[in-house]
Amino acid sequence: MTQISVRVDGASYADDVEPRTLLVHYLREQLGKVGTVVGCDTSNCGACTVHLDGESVKSCTVLAVQADGSEVTTIEGIAEGGELHPMQRAFHEKHGLQCGYCTPGMIMASIDLLKNNPNPSEAEIREGIEGNLCRCTGYVNIVRAVQQAAGEMSSTAGAQA
Amino acid sequence: MTLTEDPTTTADGPAKEVGNARLRKEDARLITGKTTWTDNMVLPGMLHMAFLRSPVAHATISHLDVSAAKDRPNVVAVYTGQDFKDEQGTIPCAWPVTPDMVNPGHPSIAVDTVNHVGEAVAIVVARTRTAAVDAVEAIDVDYENLPVVLDMEEAVKDGADLVHASTSSNTSYHFVFDAGEAGTGSDTDAAFRDAEVTVSRRFVQQRLIPAFMEPRSAVVGVQGDNYTLWSATQIPHILRVMGALTTGIPEHKLRVVAPDVGGGFGGKLQVCPEEILALLVARRLGKPVKWTETRSESLMTAHHGRDQIQYIDVAAKKDGTVTGLRVRLLADMGAYLRLITPGVPALGAFMFPGIYKFPAYRFECDGVFTNKVPTDAYRGAGRPEATFAIERIMDELAVELDMDPMELRRKNWISAEEFPFTTVAGLEYDSGDYEQATQAALELLGYDELRAEQKRRRESGDPVQLGIGISTFTEMCGLAPSRVLGSLSFGAGGWEQASIRMLPTGKVEVVTGSTPHGQGHETAWSQIVADELGVPFEDVEVLHGDTAISSRGLDTYGSRSLVVGGTAVVKAAEKVVAKARKIAAHLLEASEDDLEFSGGKFSVKGTPGAGLGIQEIALAIFAAHDYPEGIEPSIDAEAAFDPVNFSFPHGTHLCAMEVDTETGFVTIRKYASVDDIGTIVNPIIVEGQMHGGLAQGIAQALYEEAIYDADGNLTTGTFVDYLLPSAADLPTFHTGNTVHAATSNPLGAKGVGEAGCIASTPAVVNAALDAVRHLGVTDIRMPLTPERVWRAIHQGGDGGDRAAEGSNAYGGARTTESGIEEAAQ
Repeated sequence: MTQISVRVDGASYADDVEPRTLLVHYLREQLGKVGTVVGCDTSNCGACTVHLDGESVKSCTVLAVQADGSEVTTIEGIAEGGELHPMQRAFHEKHGLQCGYCTPGMIMASIDLLKNNPNPSEAEIREGIEGNLCRCTGYVNIVRAVQQAAGEMSSTAGAQA
Repeated sequence: MTLTEDPTTTADGPAKEVGNARLRKEDARLITGKTTWTDNMVLPGMLHMAFLRSPVAHATISHLDVSAAKDRPNVVAVYTGQDFKDEQGTIPCAWPVTPDMVNPGHPSIAVDTVNHVGEAVAIVVARTRTAAVDAVEAIDVDYENLPVVLDMEEAVKDGADLVHASTSSNTSYHFVFDAGEAGTGSDTDAAFRDAEVTVSRRFVQQRLIPAFMEPRSAVVGVQGDNYTLWSATQIPHILRVMGALTTGIPEHKLRVVAPDVGGGFGGKLQVCPEEILALLVARRLGKPVKWTETRSESLMTAHHGRDQIQYIDVAAKKDGTVTGLRVRLLADMGAYLRLITPGVPALGAFMFPGIYKFPAYRFECDGVFTNKVPTDAYRGAGRPEATFAIERIMDELAVELDMDPMELRRKNWISAEEFPFTTVAGLEYDSGDYEQATQAALELLGYDELRAEQKRRRESGDPVQLGIGISTFTEMCGLAPSRVLGSLSFGAGGWEQASIRMLPTGKVEVVTGSTPHGQGHETAWSQIVADELGVPFEDVEVLHGDTAISSRGLDTYGSRSLVVGGTAVVKAAEKVVAKARKIAAHLLEASEDDLEFSGGKFSVKGTPGAGLGIQEIALAIFAAHDYPEGIEPSIDAEAAFDPVNFSFPHGTHLCAMEVDTETGFVTIRKYASVDDIGTIVNPIIVEGQMHGGLAQGIAQALYEEAIYDADGNLTTGTFVDYLLPSAADLPTFHTGNTVHAATSNPLGAKGVGEAGCIASTPAVVNAALDAVRHLGVTDIRMPLTPERVWRAIHQGGDGGDRAAEGSNAYGGARTTESGIEEAAQ
């Protein structure tokens, strides 16, 4: 067992974990952060995507011990003060989800995409989220959602600047 | 784009919810991670199950020693097939399509022999999932290999190796529908004897994997002799009945709950061996247990779909009038018959004639056992296969006759004035207008411009050629009239149940027997009830998926939820209004006949203003201080609805495809479709369903294939190898609707869940062929990988097998114009 300290969605945790424990299993099974889900075992589907120190990672590809001393943000931690994140709201308003299983990872990956490219073209959005699989939507509405969020977030950022 | 009158406006009265683009109620929890997936469930003292699975496709288990696994830390129990052989029964098959169908039985865990890679051989039960998985490694097992049966065309030959030693052949059943014998058409042999033109083809419907995003999961809770099974299932109601019958747990002692379920697409329309084993282990230990599969476990052991070899012949006159259709199928059952394994191809039997007026039709299908995981329902289930075959061969006939493929279709399809139309397969298509949908689709695609561009590229010898593919389709869905299902030997009915509870504060609970797993029932049903009862959309809560709450239901599949389940909700609401009317008459001191009900309010005709709201009546009848003699103090109601006919969505799908003749790489340039799904309750949800269906149908054409090697190993056992398309692999879809209400239900709905998946596959393949037909290409096997397309262009044939030729299930056989050519050995 190895002791780790992690901040997850704004709260601090100290835990003993087996060195082989994956971050996603630590989040789900030890912290009860079941909003983040497992969709595959080969890092293809991206359902488990979270932010590790602000960067998008597939939490099935990160060991919990690698997150020691880090800040993790999950789908459960992006709404602030009861206000949905613009990306969450965009997925709702553009019907960018059906069963919702890929949605946490898709939203986290899309937020990261806009961080690196605030005004992506449709092709850039499609390539930017190709590491996240959705079986329900055919992606058209996910692309629309990311476009809407991009518009809102860049105008908000512009207003703040 | 919707070609219809605006359904949200009426001459007078309040705006309608039906037709309104309501955002989904379901989303709030799904976008915030506040979900209830089965794997989220944790019960006190819960144990975890992990399986040892067979690494070989066909063998006897010659040695199995689990003692070392039992000694591993935190392991509570290890079981083998021997431990459960007397109580596991067989996985039920609800669809014996012929009276003499051979069903060898399907043990949940192998006892003596294994019949496909991935079959369960032993179960470890441990305190943690990791302890269970670790201990699986300590099990000592040996197999004595038996001949592996993979190729259907070989498997049906006399003297072929057998999958099941207990059977005399690998053929489970021979199902025939002959329109001449059924009295719905003329003699097929005569039609072909007298034909001016015949075209024959062999098409391969490759094996697919449903690949729902949420892996299957089951949790069993134990309360004395009561059991609760939470499962990632589409069918909690059917699972309860079948689970009780299989395990012997009395039905009233078994509760099944489908919490949030992450997609199904038919793949969770199953009574899974693991669900049965979870019940058996929980009963044996008296402890709660959980099983959640890995993705590779899912791809290997959850049922697959499609997998047919189709021999199809069409007879026609020289002017293009079709005169006969003959279909013979080999349908791969896999190693066992699961819930509706044999019925899937039979469900397609009635759809091969499509929208065309064939006077003669004969269908034959052999269900064939192989040493692969069983097939069963996958989005469309039988109808995509049929649609593919007919829409492909209509193009082949057009080529043969040197006709425009749309003109050939137009010449033969049922015209709008001919509805209702009884087809050669005996189905009564109720409504539609194929010409209208086609015209709209042609405009949406920009057909004429693309044809002009195709011509330019053809003439200039552009290495990137352009093709346009057509699919004009219909499907039978809204499953289904119970009596018809009975006549097809299906083991259950096709009705659906709903109840409405009027709560004292005026809020409304709607209980539905339909079980959503992404479709948006909570939103759509709220819209329906808001209209029917005149209550606010927000005041309606939809309950589903728990047999203790919704005791009666037949669940979600076959595009049936809205058509059947939604209608049951309408019928229940009508009963609520009828019961409330009596109380309103009493309280308003008026005759029932003098009352009108509008906008949620009863009022006396001719006296506007005064009245009583149905939500107020709910409180009045809760208090029950003042209500008429002779009635019960409740306005709650329930209803069951059994449709009188299937429903028949239709549409025209057009795909413009670029084919790089130098690399074989194909790119969808534009995809346009116009579908008639009857009345639209929520246009946002409808568009989403179309998009998702299109993605899956296109994925069959371009990307997905479950491949077994010559030893029966699934070589596409992860998402690295089984190619689910990503956002970068798919285009934007241009979709539209025409609206011709279904006549078989009061909503006028036809069903939308499967349409895109059924229609799109042949449009895509036809497009690719249209781009390269002038280079001598007549067929390309799905999926259209660059390798296959390149080979078809440069080497002839249909592109052959994927990867190493000769290594997959069809033994490397390939189709040529002269027939089937064996692979070089």
